Amino acid sequence: MNPRARRATGALVLALAPALVLALWTFGAGAFFAWTLAPQERALLRDWLAPRAAMLLFLGLLLALALGLAVHAAWQRRVAAPARLAERAQAIVAGGGDVAIEPEGSADNRALANAFNALVRQRGERDADIERRVREASREIERQRSRLAALMAELAQSVLVCTLDGRILLYNLRALEQFRTRSDTEAPHPGSELIGLGRSVHDVLDPAPIAHALQTIRLRLQRGDAHPSVQFLTATRDGLLLRTQMVPVQDPEDAQPGRDEGAETAAAATPGATLSGYLLMLEDVTESFADAALRDRTMHELLQGSRASLGNLQAAVEMIDYPDVDDATRERLREVIRAEVRTMNARLHEVAARDAQLQKTRWPLENMPGTDLLAAARRRIETSLRCRVELDAIDAGLWLKVDSFSLLQALAHLAERLVDEYGVRMLRLRLAPAGARAHLDLVWQGLALSTETVTNWETDTMRSGSSASALSVRDVIDRHDGEIWFQRERARHESFFRLLLPVAEASSVLPEANAGAPGAAGAAASRPEYYDFDLFRDTGSARALADRALAELTCTVFDTETTGLDPGGGDRIVQIGAARIVAGKLRRHECFERLVDPQRAVSAASLAIHGIDAARLAGQPRAAQVLPVFHAFARDSVLVGHNAAFDLRFLREAEAEAGVVFDQPVLDTLLLSACVHPQQESHSLEAIAARLGVALSGRHSALGDALVTAEIFLKLIPLLEARGIRTLRQALEAAQRTWHARLRY
Amino acid sequence: MTRRVLIADDEPNIVIPLEYLMKREGYEVLLARDGDEALAAIRRERPDLVLLDVMMPGRSGFEVCQTVRADEALAGVRIVLLTAKGRDADVAKGLALGADAYVTKPISTRELAVRVRELLEGGS
Repeated sequence: MNPRARRATGALVLALAPALVLALWTFGAGAFFAWTLAPQERALLRDWLAPRAAMLLFLGLLLALALGLAVHAAWQRRVAAPARLAERAQAIVAGGGDVAIEPEGSADNRALANAFNALVRQRGERDADIERRVREASREIERQRSRLAALMAELAQSVLVCTLDGRILLYNLRALEQFRTRSDTEAPHPGSELIGLGRSVHDVLDPAPIAHALQTIRLRLQRGDAHPSVQFLTATRDGLLLRTQMVPVQDPEDAQPGRDEGAETAAAATPGATLSGYLLMLEDVTESFADAALRDRTMHELLQGSRASLGNLQAAVEMIDYPDVDDATRERLREVIRAEVRTMNARLHEVAARDAQLQKTRWPLENMPGTDLLAAARRRIETSLRCRVELDAIDAGLWLKVDSFSLLQALAHLAERLVDEYGVRMLRLRLAPAGARAHLDLVWQGLALSTETVTNWETDTMRSGSSASALSVRDVIDRHDGEIWFQRERARHESFFRLLLPVAEASSVLPEANAGAPGAAGAAASRPEYYDFDLFRDTGSARALADRALAELTCTVFDTETTGLDPGGGDRIVQIGAARIVAGKLRRHECFERLVDPQRAVSAASLAIHGIDAARLAGQPRAAQVLPVFHAFARDSVLVGHNAAFDLRFLREAEAEAGVVFDQPVLDTLLLSACVHPQQESHSLEAIAARLGVALSGRHSALGDALVTAEIFLKLIPLLEARGIRTLRQALEAAQRTWHARLRY
Repeated sequence: MTRRVLIADDEPNIVIPLEYLMKREGYEVLLARDGDEALAAIRRERPDLVLLDVMMPGRSGFEVCQTVRADEALAGVRIVLLTAKGRDADVAKGLALGADAYVTKPISTRELAVRVRELLEGGS
């Protein structure tokens, strides 16, 4: 019986109760009264009452009805209304709704309802307030994170943040590049980085100096040293010389709970505060060391060589004037002079060439797209001067090697002189390649400058607006090993300053610049993720791999393209592509993609699928060279593939030759998909992608397919969890059970 | 008619051999010891060719070169820049400012004589 029906029954019983009580009382009292009477008196009373029975019954019923109504009304006010109020309140507590309660019933009850309403309103406001604050706080955190990420990305130094056991939590682009160029014995190859989130820093740096530095930091922390960072010099396996600064990262969570913030800050500096990791700032000093050595040697050779030559010259010149020198001797002395002049000339040329090389490395010049520099110059000039700036004839692919700060200062200085002293209101910036250099022109209409003016502007210390510099435009230009001059083009009635600037070598330009590789488009569109602070929370590295949650696994999602479908019949791999999943996120910037020379023809059927023809494979490394690199890439991770058995079979065929074994656990998205959707007919990559809403891109390139597979795998994880498959062990067992597992290649 | 060559350099040790060389080639030689003197001499004498040192007190060779090239009346004057600055950036600047040739010190006298002859014969 539901509460409502129970209450209705209660109300009915209550309304009938007065009638029942009245009837019982009348009957009982009548019986008792009759019992006290003599028989003749009883007969008399009956005679007297009998004719009036109907009227008496009616009066009795009337009384019962009136009492019943009164009781019902009282019950409604005193019992039902509070009960309803309680119910509404419970509903609000449970459902979180904030609908106002209609006040009803007695005055007390109405007051109670109003009080409830006030409470509900207050709660609503508080909830909204908390929600707003949480939103603001997370926005602020997000802002700080992206600021930090942007800062890291732009730093000229390599930065790595690691846990105590050497797992990388954060790295910047520079670190990625630094270790990529030396990450394997073949030619530098983007796409086989040894730096990656969750990877070990010991793969690229010698663990011994790191351990030593950590020990030193611990000692300094115990002593309460205010600056416990340590500097050391370390050489990598490939002969890279790195100046390394280690800064401790301390764990604020280990501070005693309940303390106020001031106390926590103090705790961070107290001796014995827990060290949770460290930050490494790495600077490649290989070249500066080599430079210094070269400079020393040059100086030495110049001094010694010149001294010898000068000595020979002096002797010859002195002797040639002796009156008793015969003609033959004089001619020999002349030959000595000529030879020494030739030697000194040659030496000077050599030193000059070396010096030019050293000049270039002395100042830290950055690679920068020319368009960015010009846009920045325009912003700077337009915000500080009453002058419009147009960008003109810019070669968009041109990268400059510049110190953008001082160069912008120089451009602003020249622009300000033109605007202030000659009333120029309109400037144009023009950039064009010129051989190994680039012309950056600051152009205006008409109005030639005298050479004196040009010289003054060039050699005065720079000022623009309120900021002044100790350098002159000439200094800035010298720093770039460039030139500047003023030029007129009479036909076009144009004047301009031409800055001759160095351009960046193509090989040193950032990888983002050359889009077009499979998968690169997608990667370029999304924000690079070089950091993941979630990794700070150690998700139980002590726990056995098999019992780790799928979402926590570090995975290498891979795919191969092959010469055909029959590995047993001699078909081979032509391409391996892979992407990493760390801490539940696809790391699009940590990819692997390599072509492999299969040393046999690609079958027509396979060529039609992946389009990798003999021309592209010519000169590529063989499987024996590529597999060890891929093995290193996949170290300490779970392999994930779509129909992985197929790809694995090909890997196995090449293992012996390459001297590596892929013995890590393997998950197959085909089988996992079949676990989740057993009723579906197709578990092809396309069908699953369509079902799970994964966009297909770059299909039938190994990396493209690997990326699609990775996204599918991430979408499968929550679906598997819903079926109680959470850990790697459970996933492997579930896959085994699936009937697809019986397929064998 | 005898060609006239102006040698503008502040270093006597190079002026002496250059003067001898030019005279030996059959030119009439004028001398200037700094940029301003050189400019005045060019305006006054209208030499056929100037051997112009880049690093001079007062106006630099670059400035003199640019000033000469800005003057239509002096369009016929050939300019050879001489300098110890051998960077390609300097060469580019010198040629952009209108020099006909750019010769780096130390100079081979024979080569210089050949360049001067070429310029004077080609430009007549």
